[in-house]
Amino acid sequence: MTHILLRHRDIPEIKKMEVYRKNGGFEAFKKVVTSMKPGAVTDVVKASGLRGRGGAGFPTGLKWSFMDNSNWPHYVVANADESEPGTFKDREIMESNPFQFLEGVAISAFAVGANTAYVYLRGEFWQLAAFLDDCIEEMEKADLLGKKLFGTEYELKLYTHLGAGAYICGEETALLESMEGKRGQPRLRPPYPPSFGLYGKPTVVNNVETLTNVPMILTKGADWYKALGTADSAGVKLFSLSGRVNKPGNYELPFGTTFRHLIYECGGGIINDHPVKAIMAAGASSSIIKVDDKVLDTPMDYASVSKLGADLGSASVIVIDDTVSIEWVISKTVEFFKHESCGKCTPCREGNYWMKHLIERMEAGEAVEANTELLLSVAKQMQNKCLCALGEFATMAVVSGIERFPDDFTASSIGGGHD
Amino acid sequence: MTKQLVSLVIDGQPVSVPAGTLIVDAAKQIGIDIPVFCYHPKMEPVGMCRMCLVEVGRPVIDRTSGQPVIEDGKLKIQFGAKLETACTTPVSEGMQVLGMSEKARTAQKEIIEFLLTSHPLDCPVCDKGGECPLQNLTIEHGSTESRFKFEDKQHQEKHVPLGDLIWLDRERCIQCARCIRFQDEIVGDSVLGFFSRGRTTDIVTYSEPGFDSIFSGNTSDICPVGALTTVDFRFGARPWEMNSAASICTHCAVGCNTTINVRREASSDGRMMIKRVMPRQNEQVNEIWLCDKGRFAHHFSANPARLAKPLIRIRDQLSESSWEEALNLAGNSLGEVHQDFIILAGGRLANEDLFNLKALADGFGGKALLYSHMGGGSFTTQIGMSKDTNFGEVGADTCILVVASDLYNEAPLWYLRIKQAAERGATLIVAGGRETKLEKYASHVIRYAYGDESPTIQSLHDSKAGLAAAQAIASAQNLVVLYGSDGLGLEGSTSLAEACTGLLEKTSHAGKDGSALIGIWTHANDQGAWEMGFQTNADLTAAFDNKLVYIVACDPAGDDPALAAALKTARFVIVQELFQTETSRLANVVLPAQAFSEREGSFTSGERRVQRFYPAVPALGESRPDFAITASLARQAGLELEGISALKIMNLIAEKYKSFEDISYASLAEVSPQWPMVGNGDVYYGGTTYANTQGLGKRLALSKKEVNLTSLKPFKSKRPNDSVLLAIPVSQLYDRGVTVLPSTILHAHIGDASLTLHPDTARRFKVEVGSTVELTLHGTATMVKVLVDEKVPASVALLPHSMGISINAPAAVNLKAV
Repeated sequence: MTHILLRHRDIPEIKKMEVYRKNGGFEAFKKVVTSMKPGAVTDVVKASGLRGRGGAGFPTGLKWSFMDNSNWPHYVVANADESEPGTFKDREIMESNPFQFLEGVAISAFAVGANTAYVYLRGEFWQLAAFLDDCIEEMEKADLLGKKLFGTEYELKLYTHLGAGAYICGEETALLESMEGKRGQPRLRPPYPPSFGLYGKPTVVNNVETLTNVPMILTKGADWYKALGTADSAGVKLFSLSGRVNKPGNYELPFGTTFRHLIYECGGGIINDHPVKAIMAAGASSSIIKVDDKVLDTPMDYASVSKLGADLGSASVIVIDDTVSIEWVISKTVEFFKHESCGKCTPCREGNYWMKHLIERMEAGEAVEANTELLLSVAKQMQNKCLCALGEFATMAVVSGIERFPDDFTASSIGGGHD
Repeated sequence: MTKQLVSLVIDGQPVSVPAGTLIVDAAKQIGIDIPVFCYHPKMEPVGMCRMCLVEVGRPVIDRTSGQPVIEDGKLKIQFGAKLETACTTPVSEGMQVLGMSEKARTAQKEIIEFLLTSHPLDCPVCDKGGECPLQNLTIEHGSTESRFKFEDKQHQEKHVPLGDLIWLDRERCIQCARCIRFQDEIVGDSVLGFFSRGRTTDIVTYSEPGFDSIFSGNTSDICPVGALTTVDFRFGARPWEMNSAASICTHCAVGCNTTINVRREASSDGRMMIKRVMPRQNEQVNEIWLCDKGRFAHHFSANPARLAKPLIRIRDQLSESSWEEALNLAGNSLGEVHQDFIILAGGRLANEDLFNLKALADGFGGKALLYSHMGGGSFTTQIGMSKDTNFGEVGADTCILVVASDLYNEAPLWYLRIKQAAERGATLIVAGGRETKLEKYASHVIRYAYGDESPTIQSLHDSKAGLAAAQAIASAQNLVVLYGSDGLGLEGSTSLAEACTGLLEKTSHAGKDGSALIGIWTHANDQGAWEMGFQTNADLTAAFDNKLVYIVACDPAGDDPALAAALKTARFVIVQELFQTETSRLANVVLPAQAFSEREGSFTSGERRVQRFYPAVPALGESRPDFAITASLARQAGLELEGISALKIMNLIAEKYKSFEDISYASLAEVSPQWPMVGNGDVYYGGTTYANTQGLGKRLALSKKEVNLTSLKPFKSKRPNDSVLLAIPVSQLYDRGVTVLPSTILHAHIGDASLTLHPDTARRFKVEVGSTVELTLHGTATMVKVLVDEKVPASVALLPHSMGISINAPAAVNLKAV
């Protein structure tokens, strides 16, 4: 199928400006700026059914329409903090199809009346940031950024901004705090960024993949995009496949493709043909799905995966086979969240620390007071109390792992293991 | 401006509060204690600790009609799936809150369990024990056993000096950020912050020296655990072992309400010792705060160098004697003189002491002089603060003008509250000869050359002359003018007060409610001295010649060698003091006075609020209250004055002075409920500030004399010029004053006597930064250290009061490098 996002797989040199332009690049931006009203652009995106690709799946056009028009200026921030374990899709877009992404940023800026837009990249992406700076400079030289664009009064400037190694800065309000030079910790919500964002001004924060869809939607139309995918989840998604598969990597597929197709057709099946035991569909921030045929044949879209008791999230599909212990898996997720917890709220700060010590003892076979029931209890105790989603998500692999795979836990009176 | 009221139900109890009220505050008002740690009623909520999670239900609104849904005759309430934090959620009409439901109580218990996982088992050795919100809320909401394995507790540094006055225990900290937010929001000095993240989040200080803020002690009050402790009180005593006495801080004219905690100590021979000074809530004066000087500079009263017995001069030596002998000697000398008799009193004396001194002077036709380098009190008694104007409430309706003062160093709690008033919309105008901290919050800053203070104020009379500040003043509903003595002596400050009075008159604010002239006095009761009718005299050197001089609570000889010489020409000198001073060493009779912490009395603050103080500890040695000593002296000389009951003296004051007519010890002891609730059961909510059960004090009425603006001759101030270095008197908060120096924990802040110049001025006068030079002032040479600061104007040098160099008015000086 012809790619919409990973177009470099069809057109290898598309990261070069002239190649991108030869393939229709920036025509959508020009059309939008010269012949459309900002509100109309938002309507097209609304009609397309595009949902946020960063994990929350919030309808993009709806988010743009929430911008407070009594408070100016407006900002657009592209969230390139990509830190979810198992997610590596935004990186490929920015490395290999950067101009389509930047054009998406530009169109969204026009749609919400912003004259300044930022790309917030995780600190580890400093090389990528330098590369994007070069791309932005090329766009400026080509009069695609700056004042009086395409002979209109519209002006736009783009900047990159680097984080410094914190997963929490992918949370949109923590991201904004980080951009403002403060500690990257989430704000109280409400208010949400479209009312009170960067420097207190209305701001749209969108994921890189989300924005990269926008030029194609404006070129080919909302109906075209809506026809792809499923009724509940329109368009295509980049699935970052990893784990015990033969061919890990990013795969651009329409929503509704099944797990079976992704794992066996795209991913070349499981190493040494082992059976699939579990899938983590949203990286470390998922409930772990216990796999059977029904699961494998489930279409991958937000609604269907949710029926399995999990979230599709950012579609970082980590595949686990029977050579992997779920107890080991959650020892990794717990370590990750404990390291990344910002420390602002009590349950996440103390709960993750506690879970880490419990699972460490369990893994080391030192479990006397530490045991599976206690770990499950602590995880559940954190739920519905945290200030932001990090704390909540930190519990999901733990709770689902223990409840659905009790045999993998040795320090327990439930299922196998000593005592 | 009344806000719309919102009605809701909390745990079955209905309550109506103004829109915008947070659930936690609405609950507190009807006696429901929703537990909190990070929330403090005086700061913006942050929702970090998650302790105040409650169930919140709201009326269901029909999407099409927009109207609330009614079911079974009642509003249909939908409870959220998640619990919400009561501290960040404002009330809404028809809301139902459940803070005591099983779901809420379980959540509260679970949060306590989380907090206790890495909290050390320090209670037996932690200062906070007994007044600790974490202890109290654990008993109330927590479980009796922890499931957290002890060895896994995070171990961190336990004795971290954040500055030299506050110590941090990292293990005890629960990362509530109250200390950081206090410094950021209330003080405006962001000297604390978080460092690192997750479980290793630490409090660090970003200033050099550490925790560089004169309000640092307050963080120990609001810290909900024993993480922040003060060097003064660390390991001092248990809260339940201490007794309390209500008192008033005597270090400046604000008159902050304090509570003195005392304990009987075996190590002090069974004496009651002051363990610490804590704030006492008075929302009209200091709210729930104290500055560090008020909190930590209390050691003078217990200092062993205090005078314990009377002294009389025998064969040119001062030797101990009895009260009978000393009073005989002094009283007889007094009886012999009439009109050749001068009383020189200091502004730290209580109203009752000053009344008796004035009565003594009047009875014998002598003069009652206030020893002060700052004048203008005859104006403040007439157009000072009256009614109940409260810096904590003024907003856009009020213009505040601060002139000739470094308010941060001279009256910290006024600085704090005026800064907050400006943030609330009050128009703040700061006029000064040099840049001071308050200017950051001013809408208008006026910079004048030293010497031009009065003409600058006069230029503000005319709103049409184009000065934005003048226009702001003219259009203000209320005008409050605070004047100080930065760079001014007695005559200069009196002239400035007169100019300020003229401004208030010309703009039709003089004497009106909400407007005032306030003197930023250097002592706690200078205002009281002016109310009692004391006068100042610019030239005391001529005043002592062949007179009987009765000096109380001041040290002219120590301040000025010229006055020491003048005192030697006196006929007879009686000195009444706390310590031996240069002045008392020249006396014929020295009478030991009690410190304010050993007796009762009242002070009149710069805002003209009369407040009572109560005895905290028994008198040291044979010292007696100042008013009692004066009465005894008077009796010896044949005049009957009240010498036993301070209450009776206040009644006499109320009889004599119309502005005091509503004042009595009973009316001064009245209290009314204040917000927020502090102390006792509310320690977790407002902090360990003490509740005020002993009196809020009362404002004086304005004295109704006519303000006479033509009675003063115009005063020409010294002005700087290029050829002569002009030393300007300024105030620093921590100095070598007799009530400050005995507090050794403050010595690092006091420093040495120094002279501060602009770097260019230092070059011009050929002195090096950091070097010690010989300074000659009025013919006396002293060694001083040279400091530079670019904020000092050219050709002037800042010389602080009370640092061992006598300066009380601008004066030319010579510098010589050594």
